[in-house]
Amino acid sequence: MSDHIDVHKVARLGALAIGADEVGAVGQKLNAIVGLFDDLAAINTDGIEPMAHPLDQVQRLRVDVVIEKDIHQYVQQIAPRVEAGLYLVPKVIE
Amino acid sequence: MTWETVIGLEVHAQLATKTKIFSGASTAFGALPNTQACLVDLGMPGVLPVLNKGVVDMAIRFGLAVGSSVAEKSVFARKNYFYPDLPKGYQISQFELPVVIGGQIHIELDGGVKKTINLTRAHLEEDAGKSLHEDFEGASGIDLNRAGTPLLEIVSEPEMRSPAEAVAYAKKLHELVQYLGICDGNMQEGSFRVDANISVRKVGAELGTRAEIKNVNSFKFLERAIMFEVERQIDIIEAGGAVVQETRLYDAAKDETRSMRSKADAMDYRYFPDPDLLPLIITPAMIEKVKGEMPELPDAKRTRFIEQYKLSDYDAMVLTGSREIADYYETVVAATGAKDPKIAANWVMGELNARLNADSLDVSESPVDASRMAGLVARILDNTISGKIAKDVFEIMWTSTDSADAIIEAKGLKQITDVGAIAAMVRGVIDQFPEQLAEYKGGRDKLFGFFVGEVMKATKGKANPGQVNQILKDELAK
Repeated sequence: MSDHIDVHKVARLGALAIGADEVGAVGQKLNAIVGLFDDLAAINTDGIEPMAHPLDQVQRLRVDVVIEKDIHQYVQQIAPRVEAGLYLVPKVIE
Repeated sequence: MTWETVIGLEVHAQLATKTKIFSGASTAFGALPNTQACLVDLGMPGVLPVLNKGVVDMAIRFGLAVGSSVAEKSVFARKNYFYPDLPKGYQISQFELPVVIGGQIHIELDGGVKKTINLTRAHLEEDAGKSLHEDFEGASGIDLNRAGTPLLEIVSEPEMRSPAEAVAYAKKLHELVQYLGICDGNMQEGSFRVDANISVRKVGAELGTRAEIKNVNSFKFLERAIMFEVERQIDIIEAGGAVVQETRLYDAAKDETRSMRSKADAMDYRYFPDPDLLPLIITPAMIEKVKGEMPELPDAKRTRFIEQYKLSDYDAMVLTGSREIADYYETVVAATGAKDPKIAANWVMGELNARLNADSLDVSESPVDASRMAGLVARILDNTISGKIAKDVFEIMWTSTDSADAIIEAKGLKQITDVGAIAAMVRGVIDQFPEQLAEYKGGRDKLFGFFVGEVMKATKGKANPGQVNQILKDELAK
């Protein structure tokens, strides 16, 4: 059974800040979730085609026509920092 | 010790649709930042992606062109990672079930050596936005106009064995996607980006550890980046070290590759099928419809030009270098009654190309369009003007909107073909230069050219050169 979730790695991948005091509790919860997957993995699925989607339907297609308008002034009202039309974020590359 | 280079390429071709892959926002290049990013592109809660039919048709077109099998069923998957220019926190891509499987690209190397490169797959995905790192103190600027732009990622097998083969493959693919009308091929604007997986091994040995060079945006840089990387890897191994699997960037200014991230920091993308998107089903009817709309492909066009217009391999290659130049040429030939396809070829490859290059223009931007060019070529073919005068007419056409006929008429450039008139002028010239005539008669054959020059001068270049030669010969023999 998978009971060795690396909480630090998961936190890094998920870009989550998990305090040292929380690691144990979060680890337990995650392991409980993984336990459910272990139960699922125990079922014999030989010869069953993986299901990409629960609905037995196919992708609908949209015609290639521009229907969207410029909404940047509207949506940028909720951005913490904007300059020259760009969203500003903490520097990604030093 | 002989080293063998092993190269596989992953090419991201931006599909030339009007809208994004999953939204109805425009993909036009060069818009002001964030003016073409809608709620779907921004990854706002509650929105749903809807697949663009144009994208699917283009993927089918590519699949048919490379002889691959177009997947009856393909599935979109989420590739999870965090980066500020990826608003949703995942990129919608295809993973286990791509839309195009297999296929081949045939390349030709220097010396006429032919080779076939197999494709592994091609899959559809969305592009991320752009991060601008320079202009903001302590911050990066994010432009999401590119977010959601459709890409076809074309993955080759690791079957190329030299930088030259890699460049030949990339160029062939570049030509093909433009012919198919599925990508504008603009490498400066990032419409066609190449990642190269490179490793070295002893001949016959197992594959070595590879390094991946990301986002090379010119064929010259691709060649240099691979050459540098191969040398680097050989040096490491020969010094007793081991190549590290990593992603590297090519720095053109320094002509070197440098590490971007190593395998230790490699992303765990946690792919899974995107629950927002149903499986893409491509029916035989959809494929048949696209088949009916397929343009003639470069190799087929080349062969046809050689047969139909009796052109040399070289001429056919140049004239099929792009669909635009081929269309231009065929319009000229069709309009001139296909009398002498070689003259039209010479004009398109010679004067037109030279002038386009001098002004850094594409053939589609030529001030002299194919029908005006045809008007000029027609006057050469019916002997109204000589090839030399035609060059002067062409120069005037380049900076005006006048037809060749109008210019010939206005400038009085019509070729003199009246034998009597030419003969009279020839006799006039001979009478004018008795000393040269005596020398010529005395055996200085070279002076023939002098007389030709004087006659042409007297006729302002308008006499038919063939007729001048003949009449001059006759008159001098008298």
